[in-house]
Amino acid sequence: MPTGFITNLYVFVLAGFVGFEVIRRVSPLLHTPLMALTNALDAIVVVAAIIIAGRQGTALSATLGAIAVAAAFSNMVGGFLITDRMVRMFKLSGRERKQS
Amino acid sequence: MTTAQYLPDFVYIAAIALFILSLRWLSSPATARRGVLAGEIGAALAVVTTLFNPELVQYRWIIIALAGGAAIGIPLGMVPMTAVPQRTAMSHAFGALAAALIGISEYYMRLPNINRFEMTEIALEVIIGSLSFTGSLIAAGKLQEILPQRPIVYKGQNYVSLSVLGAAIILALILIFNPVHTAVFPLMVVISLFFGFLLVMPIGGADMPTVISLLNSYVGFTAALLGFVLNTKVLVVAGALDGASGFILSVIMCRAMNRSFTNVMFGAFGQLQTSAAGAVEERSVRTATPEDAAAILEAANYVMVVPGYGMAVAQAQHKVREFYDALTKRGIEVKFAIHPVAGRMPGHMNVLLAEADVPYDKLIEMEDANTEFPQVDVALVIGANDVTNPAARTDKSSPIYGMPILEVEKARTVMVIKRGMSPGFAGIDNQLYYLDKTLMLFGDAKNFVGNIVRELTGGGH
Repeated sequence: MPTGFITNLYVFVLAGFVGFEVIRRVSPLLHTPLMALTNALDAIVVVAAIIIAGRQGTALSATLGAIAVAAAFSNMVGGFLITDRMVRMFKLSGRERKQS
Repeated sequence: MTTAQYLPDFVYIAAIALFILSLRWLSSPATARRGVLAGEIGAALAVVTTLFNPELVQYRWIIIALAGGAAIGIPLGMVPMTAVPQRTAMSHAFGALAAALIGISEYYMRLPNINRFEMTEIALEVIIGSLSFTGSLIAAGKLQEILPQRPIVYKGQNYVSLSVLGAAIILALILIFNPVHTAVFPLMVVISLFFGFLLVMPIGGADMPTVISLLNSYVGFTAALLGFVLNTKVLVVAGALDGASGFILSVIMCRAMNRSFTNVMFGAFGQLQTSAAGAVEERSVRTATPEDAAAILEAANYVMVVPGYGMAVAQAQHKVREFYDALTKRGIEVKFAIHPVAGRMPGHMNVLLAEADVPYDKLIEMEDANTEFPQVDVALVIGANDVTNPAARTDKSSPIYGMPILEVEKARTVMVIKRGMSPGFAGIDNQLYYLDKTLMLFGDAKNFVGNIVRELTGGGH
């Protein structure tokens, strides 16, 4: 078993616990933006896709990489965009009329 | 090794910290925008740093793909709020696709030097990524109503689905023992794609909030597995965060529907709607006109609105906001009781009401609403049905028995706005409609609320 695996497992377990503790505190009001935001954060796979699309390799690997870049980057751009649109709409009473 | 070589790692670590802060700040609407900004900065730093990676030998495809991704992502970020669930399902599909394709590419790049351990990681990653891809596409199709909303079930379904999954696992085992079986690999991918289709096809529209959360966690774990394959920690962390989030939301949705987690994991859900429709007996209900309703509302001190997805289907959110304004101006307290599964995905109803400018401090969760109902003068149910059915608490034979509901029947008066259909047609009969304190307001939600508002604001609008 490679040592890299063990290190990654440490990271995974710790990140899982951090995620659990942080996300548990997200107000149910914001569960839809939460899903949109985690989607956008998850789109960080684009960094792996960029390497695969641009490194020295076969045409097949470059093609798969490029499709993966497009798919992941669309999530990143779209995910942040829609999350921001959603959270901007949440206003407190008494203050909500000022902007409209 | 010089410090400069580790620079990308430092940037990725900063990105991880920003991602965690991003989720942390999403805990309340007051700091949520800051959270989005933190996430954006983290992601931008990571992407820009990666573009300077010395392994890169050509940029043409990267730039074309980034431009293409932005061209797809921007319109998907601009969809109307009612379409957010299908957009989310589409983004699950894209996330799964990206992760699966990278896994596939890694397999072919590493051939023939793949050890069993690497092959196990790749096979697992590609199987989960592929099934999440097709599963999410089917979910998006159902939410967009391109595919039938009704659960599609047949005899022995679970056996067929599990055999297909079994076949994918057997092929994965063959590859683990002999990774150079290049003909087996594509077959494993195709079978996994097929399994994703079988997994989501039987599930009905009412269960979409659970499905979409579950797919969310699958996609997250796929990304984390990809991090293992590539030994990239930032993917392990982002995937674990996304996976944890999807998992928590799935658990919340399961509880709100009174389903066990194993029940959901094995896809045995979606039966709810088919087992509905028992004996429909003719019973009388009390009805009221908008004038009657407005007169009762004017005399109230405390009004609780119970919105369901039917409200969004009727596009009544903005009329509901006017309703809120009209009553608030008269000094009447108005709040909104939000059931966790109101809408098509977790938290969807809050977004729809926030879009209509309903202040979020007036949106209250189920537990809090249930302690309030005994003090409520009028509970106004708009486009919600099962989540208000007292049978969930009292009738053991009801298919929804045990599901937590909004106890609207504890309010002094209940008003239910329903489309022009007579009660009893809607799957499960709702006992609420036959209570003496219940007034049925038959009509289109948007028009009916509009008429009440006109009455409240003194005619002519």
